[in-house]
Amino acid sequence: MLKIKNYVKAESLEQAYELNQKRSNRILGGMLWMKMSNAQIQTAIDLSGLGLNEIEETDESFRIGCMVTLRQLELHEGLNTWFDHMMQNSVKDIVGVQFRNLATVGGSIFGRFGFSDVLTAFLALDTEVELFHAGILPLREFVTMPRDNDILVRLIVKKTPGAYAYLCHRNVRTDFPVLAAGFACTKEGVRITVGARPKKAMLLTVSEDMAAKIREGVCSEEEIARIAASLAKEVPMESNLRAGKEYRSHLAEVLICRGLGILQERGPKE
Amino acid sequence: MKISLMLNGTKIEREIAPDLLLIDFVREEGCYSVKRGCETSGCGLCTVFLDEKPVLSCSVLAARADGHAVTTLEGLQKEAEEFGAFIADQGAEQCGFCNPGMIMNAIALFRENPDPTEEEMKEYLAGNLCRCSGYEGQLRGMKAFLEYKKQGGAV
Amino acid sequence: MKTVGQPIRKKDAMALVTGQPVFTDDIAPKNCLIVKVLRSPHANAMVRSVKKDLAEKVEGIEAVYTWEDVPDERFTLAGQTYPEASPYDRLILDRHVRYVGDPVAIVAGRDEACVDQALKRLKVEYEILPAILDLHEAKDSEILVHPEENWKALCKVGADNKRNLCASGESHDGDVEAVLQDCEEVVEGTYHVKANQQAMMETFRTVCYLDPYGRLNVMSSTQIVFHVRRILSNALGISKSRIRVFKPRIGGGFGAKQTSVSEIYPAFVTWKTGKPSKMIFTREESQIASSPRHEMEVSVRVGADRDGRIRAIDVYTLSNTGAYGEHGPTTVGLSGHKSIPLYGSLEAHRFRYDVVYTNVMSSGAYRGYGATQGIYAVETAVNELAERLHIDPVELRLKNMVREGQIMPAYYGEQTNSCALDRCLKRAADMIGWKEKYPCRDMGNGKVRSVGVAMAMQGSGISNVDVGSATIKLEEDGVYALSIGAADMGTGCDTTMAQVAAECLDCSIEQIIVSGADTDTSPYDSGSYASSTAYITGKAVEKACRKLQEKICEKAASMLGCEVDAVEFDGHTAVDRTTGKQVTLKEIGTAGQSGNARSLQVTETNSSPVSPPPFMAGMAEIEVDKATGHVELLDYVAVVDCGTPLNPNLCRCQVEGGLAQGIGMALYEDVRYSARGQMLNNSFMQYKIPTRLDVGTLRVEFESSYEETGPFGAKSIGEVVINTPAPALTHAVANATGLWIHELPITSEKIAMGLLKK
Repeated sequence: MLKIKNYVKAESLEQAYELNQKRSNRILGGMLWMKMSNAQIQTAIDLSGLGLNEIEETDESFRIGCMVTLRQLELHEGLNTWFDHMMQNSVKDIVGVQFRNLATVGGSIFGRFGFSDVLTAFLALDTEVELFHAGILPLREFVTMPRDNDILVRLIVKKTPGAYAYLCHRNVRTDFPVLAAGFACTKEGVRITVGARPKKAMLLTVSEDMAAKIREGVCSEEEIARIAASLAKEVPMESNLRAGKEYRSHLAEVLICRGLGILQERGPKE
Repeated sequence: MKISLMLNGTKIEREIAPDLLLIDFVREEGCYSVKRGCETSGCGLCTVFLDEKPVLSCSVLAARADGHAVTTLEGLQKEAEEFGAFIADQGAEQCGFCNPGMIMNAIALFRENPDPTEEEMKEYLAGNLCRCSGYEGQLRGMKAFLEYKKQGGAV
Repeated sequence: MKTVGQPIRKKDAMALVTGQPVFTDDIAPKNCLIVKVLRSPHANAMVRSVKKDLAEKVEGIEAVYTWEDVPDERFTLAGQTYPEASPYDRLILDRHVRYVGDPVAIVAGRDEACVDQALKRLKVEYEILPAILDLHEAKDSEILVHPEENWKALCKVGADNKRNLCASGESHDGDVEAVLQDCEEVVEGTYHVKANQQAMMETFRTVCYLDPYGRLNVMSSTQIVFHVRRILSNALGISKSRIRVFKPRIGGGFGAKQTSVSEIYPAFVTWKTGKPSKMIFTREESQIASSPRHEMEVSVRVGADRDGRIRAIDVYTLSNTGAYGEHGPTTVGLSGHKSIPLYGSLEAHRFRYDVVYTNVMSSGAYRGYGATQGIYAVETAVNELAERLHIDPVELRLKNMVREGQIMPAYYGEQTNSCALDRCLKRAADMIGWKEKYPCRDMGNGKVRSVGVAMAMQGSGISNVDVGSATIKLEEDGVYALSIGAADMGTGCDTTMAQVAAECLDCSIEQIIVSGADTDTSPYDSGSYASSTAYITGKAVEKACRKLQEKICEKAASMLGCEVDAVEFDGHTAVDRTTGKQVTLKEIGTAGQSGNARSLQVTETNSSPVSPPPFMAGMAEIEVDKATGHVELLDYVAVVDCGTPLNPNLCRCQVEGGLAQGIGMALYEDVRYSARGQMLNNSFMQYKIPTRLDVGTLRVEFESSYEETGPFGAKSIGEVVINTPAPALTHAVANATGLWIHELPITSEKIAMGLLKK
């Protein structure tokens, strides 16, 4: 059972950061994952009083506070319009509304969980992570960094025009995904993320010439199938309770194929 | 530590342990409608409202409810009776153990979206597991209730 | 009929939907000791020593018990009529632990925190033994799950602990080998059903305390109060008269609570300490140390002629009872006795079985009770036969299915006196549009829609064994108090029994108050299992009410000063036909309390020499994504013959709930073990039961026959409803993909990878 000795509702990020430097102290996210652990926590640090539960929309980006819930992501009109409902599609199968009213973006991303739909989706976007100490860095860098005692303050998602999609396969609705994939087609290229493999999401890039063809919507079905087959081979898979690695590799090919098809159909948005 | 919150409309102040979960807190306060069905935040039986939002009380520290309003089915008896009667008229309450959580979340749905489609009902209540009913009777009950509301509350 | 057959609201419905405190943990005394057990991390081991001094020193700890502290007489936790078919192979705590999760020590203390701390401080030394984790390796293995000398089987079920056999046997009719040899087509297959968890929403839980007479009172979430009393008497070595067992509202059972999973631990604590105690199983404990469906491997041979006449069925079942034998010898029987008789055209059949001990959690009773496994196998084999013969599987069934009036040699030679299976199948085919949809339609986008079919049967109680009783008395104000020993676990039997009573007594349902399942006050009932309550207890209620009505007339006659024969009673008023003088029921009730020497109370008991099967047909329509293997369930139709549905609402919910469980079992529910014998699906996160997004549309209708021996023509409904989804979905998947998947669950992975290999 989770044990917590002290609870502090942080009054500033500085205070939270200071407290978080002690190994036995922990930042609370939505607490859904932490609650299932047997962690012995000296001081639990709650960021919920710092106004970080808002999604701010500026001309260039969405600034998503770490305490924003998955449900907020799901219902945010700006995000949904801008990214073809990608966020909504990535979170709508996560357990249930009551769960998504608690689970936070910060907790999901900071944990860099293998099963994370949220990470798989954000990684496909042009996303930066704002850390209290280390400052702003691309999510794709953050994903590979070891866990430390910094604080994830917010995500900054650039409003890059393009076509977006999110696909996953689940054995049962509301279960963890067997495999998840995010897709983005912008003028910078075509980015694909594959998550729940079951290790954490990784980023794949489509070659420039093929990306250009996809953007123009002129890739043939055979070409898309070829891209999917070769990209799927790049993704290391493992087996777990939900599926074997061979099936995951097969699914990656299927989902990538379908995702690229959707990007082509949606066409470029400039 | 000390917390102060509104529980079912009554302001209370309590001394609690920092790791006390909201589900255990409200049950200690006599709100026995709130049930525990799993330890993995996945069954929906413990649904309560934190302010206006349905949440899993098994996954919220009571400490986090400090300064907020918590509502359990004990605080929504009129609505529970009104809507619950439609579940009862289908026989879909069955064992009844999942009902309080399901009814809480259905009330949340109806408040958020008074005229949901069948698909929206299923999506919103997807996190409320039930092992008895096969869900079909609950759906019939919800539809009948919405129809009744559309008729202005007359049968 | 005024009350029977009406969709009456359950008597406890409003209490349940408004969340009243009516369940075990809601009404437990506040000062209960918290009881938990330390569980073995090893699949097979001897406990060398338990160092408990550090644990005992934790503040608030009341007691720590190990194998040295408990009686050495073996018993079974199976809730069955004495002498139980399940072997006596349990102790409260055993030095020999036989699966990962087997209790090693009991800890009781003031609160959860101190008990948790004490559990951590227990130091156990184990001698780790090799374990049997594969059911194929169990029979005659050198490793013995139960080598102990005081193991015993009370009944002749072919059990032999020195061969790891919990049961084995054979029954047959005709010469199956000869007939199969003579058949033009023989389909052969081995079908594997894994264990499944009932996963009722309320986990196992029990509260114990001593009453003013020093008797052990046990409030438990159980389907079997009387059996629990015997089990506790066996386990504690005390007289049954010193134990009272009763149940409050139960948060679901499905057979799980037909085994005494949680009772012995707090009962032992309270008996030893004299203090109230309670044990609430965590979901993890409910998953890893409980009473799931028996894993079975069912081998079937079905022989037929080319024109589709099914002539012989041969079934061999290998069943895995796990570490203990609860329900092992009995569940296996249903895998043959309730699958083979679906076909009335057989010239011969044979049914053989072995039930083996292994080092996984003990199995138990789960809705369907072996019939589910057998029907999955036989119905799938019949569907494969239809494909082989190029005959529509619905037609094949109409040609061969059991009909009303037939003798069923594989069903203990019983005759089907009520059977509307033919109507069920035809109606289901109409509802789903079988003719248009069979076998499949290509939707053009890598998706295929297809249909599948299966039939099912079950029993209604255990013939010549199950007992149901009812006490009914007329109260002062003309209200009847009905007391039953059957356990309403959400099924609504308190209400359906009241409906039967109201029908007999010509009164409204509100005039019947019901109390249930208390060994001190209820008349004897073997319990709510084996689909017995509506049929067995229902008839007892009917009998009791008829008798009470006679007594009421007698009392009225004495009040009116006339002969009984002259009294006409309409449920409300008794009239002397000769004089027109009358007394009301209320007056009779009141008179029953003044100068009365004539009991206005009746207890009647019922048992049945037959167990009339309910029948049903189930059909599924699915859409398969051939690339991902995903199965989308679009539509499931079920047409059921449960005789007279006593309460159509409750019957419908039974069907829908059973279908959903069957769908979960067919498509994703899976109990799996690690190489070390750890149960891996130890939570709702890892053991996925269907959500409301997964079950498609369930459509239920009834085609009723009339069962003369049941109350108002009723048969059972509770179990038969889980049996069709696995074979119907297996069939639909085969029709969509050409893949006959012989192991449940039928995951998308099996489909997609199967198609890749094709």
